[in-house]
Amino acid sequence: MTELDSKSVIAWLRLLGEVYGQKKDYLTDLDAAIGDADHGANMARGFAAVATKLDALEGKDIGTIFKTAAMTLLSTVGGASGPLYGSFFLQAATVANGKNALTAADVGAALDAGIKAVVSRGKAQVGDKTMLDALLPALAAYQEAVVNGLVPALQKAVEAAKAGSASTQPLIAKKGRASYLGERSAGHLDPGAESSAFLLDALLTTASK
Amino acid sequence: MKKLINSPENLVVEALHGMEAAHGDLVKAHFEPNYLVRADGPVKNKVALLSGGGSGHEPMHGGFVGKGMLDAACPGAVFTSPTPDQMYEAGKAANGGKGVLLIVKNYTGDVMNFELASDLLKADGIDVESVIIDDDVAVKDSTWTAGRRGVGTTVIAEKICGGAAEDGLSLKDVANLCRKVNAQGRSMGLALTSCTVPHVGKPTFELPEGEIEMGVGIHGEPGRTRMKLKSADELTAMLMEPIISDIPYKSGDEVLLFVNGLGGTPLLELYVIYRKAAEIAQAHGLKVVRNLVGSYITSLEMAGTSITMLKLDHDMKKYWDAPVKTPALRWGL
Repeated sequence: MTELDSKSVIAWLRLLGEVYGQKKDYLTDLDAAIGDADHGANMARGFAAVATKLDALEGKDIGTIFKTAAMTLLSTVGGASGPLYGSFFLQAATVANGKNALTAADVGAALDAGIKAVVSRGKAQVGDKTMLDALLPALAAYQEAVVNGLVPALQKAVEAAKAGSASTQPLIAKKGRASYLGERSAGHLDPGAESSAFLLDALLTTASK
Repeated sequence: MKKLINSPENLVVEALHGMEAAHGDLVKAHFEPNYLVRADGPVKNKVALLSGGGSGHEPMHGGFVGKGMLDAACPGAVFTSPTPDQMYEAGKAANGGKGVLLIVKNYTGDVMNFELASDLLKADGIDVESVIIDDDVAVKDSTWTAGRRGVGTTVIAEKICGGAAEDGLSLKDVANLCRKVNAQGRSMGLALTSCTVPHVGKPTFELPEGEIEMGVGIHGEPGRTRMKLKSADELTAMLMEPIISDIPYKSGDEVLLFVNGLGGTPLLELYVIYRKAAEIAQAHGLKVVRNLVGSYITSLEMAGTSITMLKLDHDMKKYWDAPVKTPALRWGL
């Protein structure tokens, strides 16, 4: 696939509903170690709610699909993940408005807008042990490889996201509930970085079909 | 897990139905989105107070909706911030034309969701002020953490600001009073046991027999240190010292002393804590002129306690004493 059309975007969001359903306990266990044990349940609830909206979105432009996903996440996820993932899709929607397919460059612009929204909402940076430890390296890797096309760029992005998420293990958290632990937060993966890596991994799976 | 629930998914909604069934004279429940409002609201020409947070801390916040305290409360899932659509709808429903004060406990999720709600309400032309409560001295307050958590001072701020709003103060003045209460309130807690989040089904953390978590948060977040259980008097001193030295409180200050149960500790033990806490306050020259003892900001069934101390001024005393009629706090009426 060289472009991501609206059918694929719907397939991606549907797949995310399944992925977060399967990873619910895994993410919750990660969160129990350094947070408040709700990340898995929150993500599963939010993306299951998104999945129920997808049939009605067939044939709509990608901006509308992203915006619906954003509003659904904002109203169902709660915690910090709701505003963060909601803002990601809301800003991605501004890039995708009126489009029925996204080129590799468009996907890069949507990721850029979405991830910048996470930065501004969460006020975190790389090394703070957050979603951004997966997302920012993924964005950089994607942009570097975008000339090679959608799937190769997404492959690089997913590799970077997974490596970035793994890199959170030794870090001391500086944002969110894990930051209350100080040094005791080291030695655990950040659940938000993991769920962010899953998000991009599912996009790669969808685009590779 | 042994809990008196039907299903984790329906827990919050069923509890809201129960609140309304029990206290229909005081509160009205709204569903999808979920929130509680005063049964006699919106109150015209009064600043509306709106708070909210994850469920599992009852009676906070829903139990504080009523005359003299909150106009609306938004419960999230257990230990999970409510969402902006709830706060937006609740804010609109509670607004009596004099604006809405959002009282937000300092947790990353709560702060972000309330920020979005504030934007939505302002977009409708409603005046909004937000005050973030961050009074937990167990957390190092620095740019390297999410900052201090909001705990016991929240209850006191909601009572005092509720009194001020009934007295006709402007939105700005109620918000400034709320900020002052936050600036002069300090808290710290300890846990004897963990708690179990219903949809998780197992304890949030492991606490071996004979050990306690000193400085625990109201969601079971770890605190300053894990240590061996000591006597009530020794543990009370360990909570009081960091509180007293933090502002610092000065000899001669008038204070409100609030000993809170975290859900699984009997009132019998809370009075033992209060007795020692008051003694320590007096030994520092502080005058305990107001108090509150009971389980008002809880962490599900966690056994443990938190102590909150607020340095009082004339207005705070006046509005603390003002009449209040809510499911969980009632006096003067």
